[in-house]
Amino acid sequence: MPSLILSYVCGHLVPLLLAVSVIFFWSGHNQPGGGFIGGLLAAEAVLMIVIAQGVDAARRRMPLQPGTLVAVGFLTAAAAGLPGLILGEPFFSGQWTELTLPLLGAKIPLGTPLLFDTGVYLLVIGATLSIAFTFGEK
Amino acid sequence: MYMMALLVGGLFAMAVYCLLRRNLLKLVFGFLILSHAVNLLIFTAGGLTRNAPPIAPSEAKFLAAPYADPLPQALILTAIVINFGVFAFLLALVDKARRKTGTDDSDAMKGSDA
Amino acid sequence: MNTLLVLPVIVPIGAAAFIWLFNSRPRIQHALVLLTVAATLAVACLILRQTAAGDVHSTQIGHWPAPYGITFIVDGFSTLMLLISTLIGGMAALFSIGDTADRRHAGYFPLFFILLGGVNGAFLTGDLFNLYVWFEVLLMASFVLMALGGQRTQIEGAVKYVMLNLAGSTLLLAGIGIIYGLTGTLNMADLAAKLAGVSNAGRVNAAAMLLLAAFCIKSAIFPFFFWLPASYHTPPPAVAALFAGLLTKVGIYALVRMFTLVFVADTAATFKLLRILAGLTMVSGVLGALIQKDMRRLFAFLIVSEIGFVLMGIGFRTERALTGTIFFLMHMAVVKSTLFLMTGVIEHWKGTVRLDRLGSLFEDHPAFGYLFLGPVFALAGLPPLSGFWGKYVLVQAGLIEKYYLLVGVALAVSLTTLWVVARIWMEAFWRPACAPKRRADAPLGLLRIGPIVVLAAVTFLLGLWAEPFHAQALQAAGQLLHPSAYMQAVLGGP
Repeated sequence: MPSLILSYVCGHLVPLLLAVSVIFFWSGHNQPGGGFIGGLLAAEAVLMIVIAQGVDAARRRMPLQPGTLVAVGFLTAAAAGLPGLILGEPFFSGQWTELTLPLLGAKIPLGTPLLFDTGVYLLVIGATLSIAFTFGEK
Repeated sequence: MYMMALLVGGLFAMAVYCLLRRNLLKLVFGFLILSHAVNLLIFTAGGLTRNAPPIAPSEAKFLAAPYADPLPQALILTAIVINFGVFAFLLALVDKARRKTGTDDSDAMKGSDA
Repeated sequence: MNTLLVLPVIVPIGAAAFIWLFNSRPRIQHALVLLTVAATLAVACLILRQTAAGDVHSTQIGHWPAPYGITFIVDGFSTLMLLISTLIGGMAALFSIGDTADRRHAGYFPLFFILLGGVNGAFLTGDLFNLYVWFEVLLMASFVLMALGGQRTQIEGAVKYVMLNLAGSTLLLAGIGIIYGLTGTLNMADLAAKLAGVSNAGRVNAAAMLLLAAFCIKSAIFPFFFWLPASYHTPPPAVAALFAGLLTKVGIYALVRMFTLVFVADTAATFKLLRILAGLTMVSGVLGALIQKDMRRLFAFLIVSEIGFVLMGIGFRTERALTGTIFFLMHMAVVKSTLFLMTGVIEHWKGTVRLDRLGSLFEDHPAFGYLFLGPVFALAGLPPLSGFWGKYVLVQAGLIEKYYLLVGVALAVSLTTLWVVARIWMEAFWRPACAPKRRADAPLGLLRIGPIVVLAAVTFLLGLWAEPFHAQALQAAGQLLHPSAYMQAVLGGP
């Protein structure tokens, strides 16, 4: 049974949780944080919807279903290993490049570990939610 | 160190006690405790240190000498993630087993032995 | 070589992700399965070409130098195991395309290839913790595959299988923790060098015994074999064939690797223990098989018995004995998968695999009868089939080392196996049918007969043209006993 208070709070908390999850994910670049923790937080945001409105509502609001997220996340993470292979180095050798933001002039280092982390982020969301949905639907 | 050893031993004992029960749900919890016991064992065996986290400041080339060994932590993190998945699967399996066989007593599950 | 070494893992697991994305389009899924099978076989053959001359190749994942990073390494033994695993995995995958009962669930093929990737990863890795991770990968996939059908016996079998294998994994992890505490490294080659300098022999032995128990559980060695016959007959035939062919072999592989490379300091007691366990495993497996009525359960018990033979070779610890072990491992993996696939065909025709209800199979399907003859008598070790050469080398090695008692037990077990196998033949194939046919003969299709024919042909090949396989096994055994090339490939230096 959907509770009014929970639904209301949930509507405000979900964007907040998603934002925090992205911050955690990004800070994993050089500090504690990263794809795994960020992914868990994002999954938690969706779990809020599950608790407030049920599994079906959560499923409807997700652009990609958890199973697909797992596969896409895995492929993204595995793709991070390929640049090293193509350059003749071992699998998963880190490759880095710098991206200069056009207006601010700030330089952001981008590398295959970031791609790997993105894959982990998606995979963790997918895996956690497919477990939660399976139990929630019973 | 001795405290940790006692704790690990106690957890192992609890886990084994749970594993020896016939109730399937107790078995699952036994595994949960067992995995925690093993994680603590790795942590203790890897050496307990009261030191700085193994994160080098951005301007330094090397890590300053007293730092905690990051490898056991990485191992435990991996093991926790694996156990998280295993635990979810176990819960689903036990739930399904109870629905299919109508019991959670592992002694009654002899259908595949005949 | 950098690329080639990781491909046996990435190809199946990457393919699993792609196949999952197409879970509502069975035709595309099947095309992808065929493609993956071809690709993995090609990769395994390419690796064989690199290592056939006795070279050892390695790569460091992520360019982290050994012993800090994860090593992937391939020598003669891992190459042969890779070949066998990709062959069996491929054939079982083809069989399940043909078998409608196997692929009702969209997750079936992804899990199948994740399992294969996990098995390959365990064969390739040179890092102890990474070995644990691959074990978990293949176990998780196998747990779900085993329970996927959701029938009552399957769930009950899965409960036993899951619980014991998880206990094994936990012991493995505890052993790894203690080893790391002792040496500060987990790279196997580095461990081999460092464990020799550890003065605390008691703790080394404790870790070695934890690992031994873990691998014993995973490869169904006495006294931990009960989960195998309680569960292997429950999943569909292709899954059972995959499990029978590969899962216990990974445990044996890890056992051989650890006890030839890492724990080599205090060997006398350990290897005596291995020999005792070998004898007990053989005997308990074949005694269990004697009274079984269900053909799959019977074969499951015979797996346990054959694991005993393999373990005997490890226990003798000579080059000749290890050659026999490796040859016998290849033989039993292929033969057991073939037989489990064949029980699937028999069930398709007769609706049962219980010996007391079967009959007149030879009369109804003579060609299949001849095909069945090969693997099943190879199992009993009749010359000139593959099982004979493996047992011959093992027995010879035992006689040279003067382990007369164990060799005598092995020969008695072989004779009993022959009796069991002859009973299958008499009851299922020669006896007139005791029950009327339950099903109309639906066509089997090339995808189910083809893999069986290929695997049976490999059995014959291993028997009739054993020389090149024996030579490869001999070379692999030499590398196991003299690991300097292995250590050099990982750590560099002289």
